[in-house]
Amino acid sequence: MDFGFSTLEARSIDFDKFDGRILRYVLQYEPSLLVCLSCGGCTATCSAGNLTDFNIRRLQLMLRRGEVENLQTEINKCMLCGKCLLVCPRGVNLRNVVMLIKKALVHFKNQEN
Amino acid sequence: MEFKDLFYYPFILGAIYLFGVVIWRFTKWFIGLSKIDKIRVRIGLFSKKTLKSIWESIREGLLHRNVFRNNKLLGYMHMSLAFGWFLLIVVGHFEASSYHGSMFFPFQHSVFFRYYVTDNVDFPGHVFFAYAMEILLFFVLSGVMLAYFKRFRSKAFGMKRTTRMRYGDRIGLTALWLIFPMRFLCETFTAGVYHNGSPIFNNIGDAFASLGNLEPWLNPLWLTYSIVLGVFFVALPYTRYMHIPAEINLIFLRNWGVTLKERRVNTYTLAQVYSCSRCGICIDACQLNLAGIKNSQSVYVLKNIRNKNLTDEVLFNCLICGKCQEACPVGIDVNKLRITQRIETTRQYNSSYDYLKTSEAKKTDIVYFAGCMTHLTPAIKKSMLQILDAAGENYWFMDENKAPCCGRPLMTAGQFDAAQKLIDTNTKMILDSGAKKLLVTCPICYKVFKEDYTLPNVEVVHHSEYILDLVKQGKITLKASDKNVVYHDPCELGRGSGIYDQPRELLSQSVTVKPIAHEREKALCCGGSLSNLKISMDERSVLSAQVMNEFASYNPDYVVTSCPLCKKTFAKTDILPVKDLAEVVVENLTPRS
Ligand code: SF4
Ligand code: SF4
Ligand code: SF4
Ligand code: SF4
Ligand code: SF4
Repeated sequence: MDFGFSTLEARSIDFDKFDGRILRYVLQYEPSLLVCLSCGGCTATCSAGNLTDFNIRRLQLMLRRGEVENLQTEINKCMLCGKCLLVCPRGVNLRNVVMLIKKALVHFKNQEN
Repeated sequence: MEFKDLFYYPFILGAIYLFGVVIWRFTKWFIGLSKIDKIRVRIGLFSKKTLKSIWESIREGLLHRNVFRNNKLLGYMHMSLAFGWFLLIVVGHFEASSYHGSMFFPFQHSVFFRYYVTDNVDFPGHVFFAYAMEILLFFVLSGVMLAYFKRFRSKAFGMKRTTRMRYGDRIGLTALWLIFPMRFLCETFTAGVYHNGSPIFNNIGDAFASLGNLEPWLNPLWLTYSIVLGVFFVALPYTRYMHIPAEINLIFLRNWGVTLKERRVNTYTLAQVYSCSRCGICIDACQLNLAGIKNSQSVYVLKNIRNKNLTDEVLFNCLICGKCQEACPVGIDVNKLRITQRIETTRQYNSSYDYLKTSEAKKTDIVYFAGCMTHLTPAIKKSMLQILDAAGENYWFMDENKAPCCGRPLMTAGQFDAAQKLIDTNTKMILDSGAKKLLVTCPICYKVFKEDYTLPNVEVVHHSEYILDLVKQGKITLKASDKNVVYHDPCELGRGSGIYDQPRELLSQSVTVKPIAHEREKALCCGGSLSNLKISMDERSVLSAQVMNEFASYNPDYVVTSCPLCKKTFAKTDILPVKDLAEVVVENLTPRS
């Protein structure tokens, strides 16, 4: 069907795959994630990003879009070094976000089993 | 049976129960220690360490010297209660011995001496004992009065807050508060009837007697006294008063060399947790109060561990700055304790860092590891390299382009297994270089390289030590300037690693370091600590601004620190210029002729 516009794959959210549990869990304990403006400062300075293709900003985006399949392998690359915290213009406490995601993944997995 | 054979039962049964529970707990704690700790105890038992522990138990458990040092009034309160009560028991025992003419008699005869001995008051030293016991009771009562007062007006003690209480604590506290006033009433009333006290109590007793006939009151009073004692003893193991026996136990274990180094929660955790007297000194020492964080100070963590309701929100909301540990009169190793708890709660989600690869190491004398934080403060990095070049050192800048973190932030977050991967990678690179020295410009790195890496034949040096050494060897020379500065001791370097003098000595070559109120062991935290995973940026700013304002009150030309994270954190406040040691050195470097 043609609605007279097209959708960009990268910008669409697939609600069949949307899993918001982790996002909600993270926001409950670290609301500062809400004020992220996606400037990419964190990714530019990131120690882990310096060594691999790890992209913390994109990870947040994935989280917000409820795409959690790759979250586990990706999130484990962070070294908690704290550089992102110091460069972030909005004071987003990303290290806590990382720890909360790690915890949430275990938490929901345990729940499923 | 008559009343006199029955009324002391609540006391005796309570005491037996208490004794049983305490022995049971101590045994459990000992059994739960690691193998190596048990060996330490066995070796320590018949050594000087035991004598040292006995002395320390008297000094801290009874006299409370450390509390005194921190706060005179609070020290007096603790001492009058503990030491006063102890003396009452000891002197009371001698009094009863003198009366019986033997050291052996039923225990209750010394505790309830004035109840039993009402007629024949003429035994050796009876006047002395009567006066001594009554004065001691007044001494203890003065402590009790202070305790009442503190509960309602903690500010009078110069303390911001006092600890919150739970149900069991209330029962224990009420019983404790009643013991000595009850004893006072029992003894004065008895003296009013039989005149078996010193003139002090006899007169007070007479005054009571003028109000009515005291005799029917005696039995109920003594029975109540016995019950209050019994209730206190039974409640003790379940309240904070467990700290009384636990602290003594801790002193011995600590002196024998038991530590928390195993990185597992074991019963030594409990031995420490139960030793906390909830004196509240750590709350006062903690800067988090300023930012409105009031539930994560050490005393609360210890309490939560004991009550098994510790949450991540509380556990991770701490800078691990070590100020409370420095202040704790019991000497509880709260930093390590907190980190072991963090290890436990995050054990299930450690990372593996499979992507880590070691790149080729360069053969060199000195490895320079800047670390993530120094990379964020290019001025420090540049200055350090300039100094190395000026001194003509043969060095290799290990993480110039790519390097993993040192691992310390992971460790303070409890992720020890994850950190180990980083440690292994870095270790390999450092050892491959064949260097004799590892130079770091970050105290966070310094601490972890020093304590958690195994680097045989490699000396880990912080740049403050290293540059000072260069100056002493004449490899670089510094000129004097007329600048006045304030030096900030970073937590990880000062309290964390005990380096206070080298930075000051180095600075004194070119500038004047002004003494300030919070320096060395008492230094404040900049607020930037990576060990706190919960604190928000706004809360951090409150802490940094407070510290900077204190510095500003000394009117320095600028603030000097020796940690890139402190520098970055302070610089954000825009209150005073901040420089690293290395920058100050570069500014005052005299070119080689
Ligand atoms: S630096 Fe801060 S604001 Fe920018 S993308 Fe990262 S988290 Fe968001
Ligand atoms: S803490 Fe993690 S996400 Fe932030 S800069 Fe360091 S490695 Fe990157
Ligand atoms: S941890 Fe130490 S300072 Fe804090 S309340 Fe307990 S005994 Fe006092
Ligand atoms: S380590 Fe520092 S931040 Fe943590 S409780 Fe103690 S004083 Fe407060
Ligand atoms: S301590 Fe800080 S600066 Fe040093 S390597 Fe680790 S994260 Fe980086």
